[in-house]
Amino acid sequence: MASIRAPPRKGENFELAADLNSEYKEKRKDAIKRVIANMTVQKDVSGLFPDVLKNMQTDDLEQKKLVYLYLMNYAKTQPELVILAVNTFVKDTDDPNPLVRALAIRTMGCLRAEKIIDYLCDPLQKCLRDENPYVRKTAALCVAKLYDLKPELVIENGFLETLREMIADSNPMVVANTVAALTDIHNSSVAAGSNEDIFQITNNVLSKLLIALNECSEWGRVAILNALARYETENDQESEHICERVVPQFQHANASVVLAAVKVIMIHMRNVQSENLTKQLVRKMAPPLVTLLSNPPEVQWVALRNINLLLQKRPDILSNEMRVFFCKYNDPLYVKVEKLDIMVRLAGENNVDALLSELKEYSSEVDVDFVRRSIKAIGQTAIKIDEAAERCVNVLLELIGTRVSYVVQEAVVVMKDIFRKYPSTYEGVIPTLCANLDELDEPEAKASLIWIIGEYANKIDNADELLGIFVETFTEESYPVQLQTLTAVVKLFLRKPDSSQGLVQRILNTATKDCDSPDVRDRAYIYWRLLSTDPGAAKNVVLAHRPPISLPRTTVSPALLEELLTEVSSLASVYHKPAETFVGRGRIGADAVLKGGVGDLGDDKQVTQKALQTVVAGQQSENLLNFDDPATDEQPSGIAATAALAATPAAANLLAGTSSNPLDDLVSIFGNASLAPTAAPAAQNGFGGLGGLSFGTPLAPSPVPPQTPSVLSQSSSPAPPQAQPQQAQDDLLGLF
Amino acid sequence: MASLIAILDLKGKPLIQRSYRDDVPATYIEKFMPIVLELEEEGQQVTPCFSREGINYMHIRHSNLYLLALSKRNSNAAEIILFLHRIVQVLIEYFKELEEESIRDNFVIIYELMDEMMDFGFPQTTESKILQEYITQESYKLEVQVRPPIAVTNAVSWRSEGIRYRKNEVFLDVIESVNLLVNANGNVVRSEILGAVKMKCYLSGMPELRLGLNDKVMFESTGRTARGKAIEMEDVKFHQCVRLSRFENDRTISFIPPDGEFELMSYRLSTPVKPLVWVEAAVEHHKGSRVEYMVKVKAQFKRRSTANNVEIYVPVPDDADTPKFRASTGTVQYAPDKSAFVWKIKQLGGGREFLMRAHFGLPSVRGEQENMDKRAPITVKFEIPYFTVSGIQVRYLKIVEKSGYQALPWVRYITQNGDDYSLRTAHEKGSAPIAPI
Repeated sequence: MASIRAPPRKGENFELAADLNSEYKEKRKDAIKRVIANMTVQKDVSGLFPDVLKNMQTDDLEQKKLVYLYLMNYAKTQPELVILAVNTFVKDTDDPNPLVRALAIRTMGCLRAEKIIDYLCDPLQKCLRDENPYVRKTAALCVAKLYDLKPELVIENGFLETLREMIADSNPMVVANTVAALTDIHNSSVAAGSNEDIFQITNNVLSKLLIALNECSEWGRVAILNALARYETENDQESEHICERVVPQFQHANASVVLAAVKVIMIHMRNVQSENLTKQLVRKMAPPLVTLLSNPPEVQWVALRNINLLLQKRPDILSNEMRVFFCKYNDPLYVKVEKLDIMVRLAGENNVDALLSELKEYSSEVDVDFVRRSIKAIGQTAIKIDEAAERCVNVLLELIGTRVSYVVQEAVVVMKDIFRKYPSTYEGVIPTLCANLDELDEPEAKASLIWIIGEYANKIDNADELLGIFVETFTEESYPVQLQTLTAVVKLFLRKPDSSQGLVQRILNTATKDCDSPDVRDRAYIYWRLLSTDPGAAKNVVLAHRPPISLPRTTVSPALLEELLTEVSSLASVYHKPAETFVGRGRIGADAVLKGGVGDLGDDKQVTQKALQTVVAGQQSENLLNFDDPATDEQPSGIAATAALAATPAAANLLAGTSSNPLDDLVSIFGNASLAPTAAPAAQNGFGGLGGLSFGTPLAPSPVPPQTPSVLSQSSSPAPPQAQPQQAQDDLLGLF
Repeated sequence: MASLIAILDLKGKPLIQRSYRDDVPATYIEKFMPIVLELEEEGQQVTPCFSREGINYMHIRHSNLYLLALSKRNSNAAEIILFLHRIVQVLIEYFKELEEESIRDNFVIIYELMDEMMDFGFPQTTESKILQEYITQESYKLEVQVRPPIAVTNAVSWRSEGIRYRKNEVFLDVIESVNLLVNANGNVVRSEILGAVKMKCYLSGMPELRLGLNDKVMFESTGRTARGKAIEMEDVKFHQCVRLSRFENDRTISFIPPDGEFELMSYRLSTPVKPLVWVEAAVEHHKGSRVEYMVKVKAQFKRRSTANNVEIYVPVPDDADTPKFRASTGTVQYAPDKSAFVWKIKQLGGGREFLMRAHFGLPSVRGEQENMDKRAPITVKFEIPYFTVSGIQVRYLKIVEKSGYQALPWVRYITQNGDDYSLRTAHEKGSAPIAPI
């Protein structure tokens, strides 16, 4: 060995090597501990491999474990030396002590060295049939480890058949680990592109699983419940039977067992015919869901994300439970944010007063981010419940009265949305809003107020004066503010041509000559030409009636929602994104996006497929452009969604559900629009501009009449590109 | 399923780690902290799970440590996060405290535990009582080798056979924690009772236990009329030893208990609760000079009960100084670290009412940003023994063991504050006159 690597003559490793070869047992063991200690602090002790290896054969279990631990860490870097350990391993799998047998088989599976694998099969064969269940449960997982390394070996040795037999094992823990192993192997083989169902859950398997479910440990239950979720029932009686057997798991103290049970019920409930049973199941689900909130905050968060999804599917589950979601003063922000969202979801006429008084309370807390979100929630409540809108506006006015800068600014933004839902209803508050003009320094708040001024220019006497302030500083403002100023001034001009001729001239001049944003410049040109060719048409376009906005009931498309509900408690359900967007090799390439992007939209599976691709594309674009919006908790928005909706409701929902802001949609179209490379982007620009609606708000405009043709539908079905520009213009006008 | 689990210090440096699958290299651990900092810098919230470059980071925080799990797949987030909490629990039971030092001092045994608690990313045995039977801090004697306790794989995975006691006894503690939130106008906005039945079991052999409560649902289903009050538990959670299907069928709570201390069940009631300990404060704020408080506490429960160790936390501005207190009972202390003062009353009899006054100085210059006052609620801690707010009662505890011994059950009741007993009843002056101290 010494000839292979020259041993260091001094230093710590040299001393350790000496001690590892000491004649005294205690000294050797102590040296191993020091080696492991060095390994823990990430010092390189791989050079001591042969010396440590010598200490593997011992009756001292602790020492054995330490040596094994060392081997696991360095086997990969020393493949040629691992072979020396094989003998001891194999011998240990014959040890009279089951702890040693299990330890040996467990560790061998973790070594992940090619050389040792071939020697693993025989002992594994033996351990799978060991008399001791502890060894069997360890061996079951070892098959999954082996499959991960060399699937052929698993198949050649018939380990899969053995595992399938082991589902009938008398010991519930062995059954649970067998199920976990088979599921793992199944997932790996599917990920590798195989169509074969390695873990087929037959009727027979089902009954075995249902029996083991009640007897095994908490984690075993999770594994079994996950397998039950995959079972495809033959008839509704079977579905009912599964639901009835799984419901008692709601009472388990472990939250992941509860969530796994919820998942199984949500899946199999789809086939339950009896309305009575469905009602009963939904009723039984509520208390355990609420109790999940007594867990530590991180678990609460996972639960809340899932409850949010469940509510999108079944808004009635927790209809009487809004109060339990009231924020506690000491909740971490990430919990509070989720609770806010759920509270708005559960808001109704009967509880809106309690909700508003809570939200008002939150609006005076210290955390700025939370305060803003609370104010947003007030706006969402106003948009959701018509009857409560006035009370919401009053609360907002009270908040504006505090004159705390960020409160006022957020309230202004929210007021703009309320105007978009209830046009011309709360004009009385406009003076109050305008009085705070000087306080606003955030682009979104400024843009919102400017939009309000433009929209109600004929009712505000000094609108030209107010807008003049922004025209003055036009080039210094951010682009969203510039866009809004531009639109607002044009609106003002169309309403009061006499008093604002000069203003509109000035702004069009500045915007076309001194502005470096192509969006602003383009929009200015469009306005300019529109105004100079046909002021009547300009009026029809710019001042056209726009449909009121509404609060979307779901944040993801229906197809995606169904998919996520089959994944309750997984990361996908927590992120509200399909697994394809974040697992493994991660992103699907553009080819994959295009492939299968064409097809019959009526087909359910196709729609799901498309949903995934859109999300993937959205993801990519996010990475490219690095938007600062957190993608998951924003709700759909953008005109893109509306436009696409016109063509195919399903496709539109996909878009609406998965984007975080209008630009996302735009870019996701870039992503897969090699079909229509020129038309779509240009149209999009003009679109946002003319609509004057391009706020990054979390609200979706409500559907446009379906006869409107759409540019954006191009992204989902290919069409001759040359037809595009003309069509685009039609759309723009048609929309208003 | 997790590929790798690590315990990190606050700076993100790994103290100990264990890789369970090969698909996530350990180098990703070092990326955790930079991502967290980046998210914070961008003003985004750091959620317990997030995904970066195809790697999923799932973490929890325990005092000054992060426990981090990495995975490349669409893992079961709930399971992993709970498992991380379970690691914390087990390590605390092993080392009393879990902190950097106890990890450094015990790395060998932590490696052993990590090896035993998870295999190939799947959680295995996490019952610390069972783990302690075969993973111990003392070195093994060479002659007697430990074997895996049968319980590890038994259907009864929480109790070993052959336990013997000279005196067979069971202690039951019924503990109810009250969480409530009182609005500024004195209304209870939200209230819940979180109950727990904790047991200390000193029983020989494999005893079969059956617990009877005054459970309304059971009374109704058996057609029995309850003597006195029956309560309706909204959601019940059981220790894994309780046979869930049996409970689902006829509401019988039957089980073979673990040895020693454990929590048998917990339940939740969201019936409206009157605040047992009522507190309100009148605040007189003189910007730039002083702030005065008059606090009133009232025990709103029957005279024969007494609340012990009452602690009332009243928030004050961060920059308050020179505290002066005067209380009609108990003691008052300033707790600047909590930005509050604490009024401690050893015993508060039912129906009693007390007052206290506090006076603080304020700096004459205040920062611009502090216009917005922190509006933390008043929080209260208390314990009321021999009393349950819900009225739950243990009707019987039957103990049957094949050797036929007699065992004595002892039952205690206690009601206390939950982790969120708060009152937003500190009013700016006007609601009550305040006389200068």
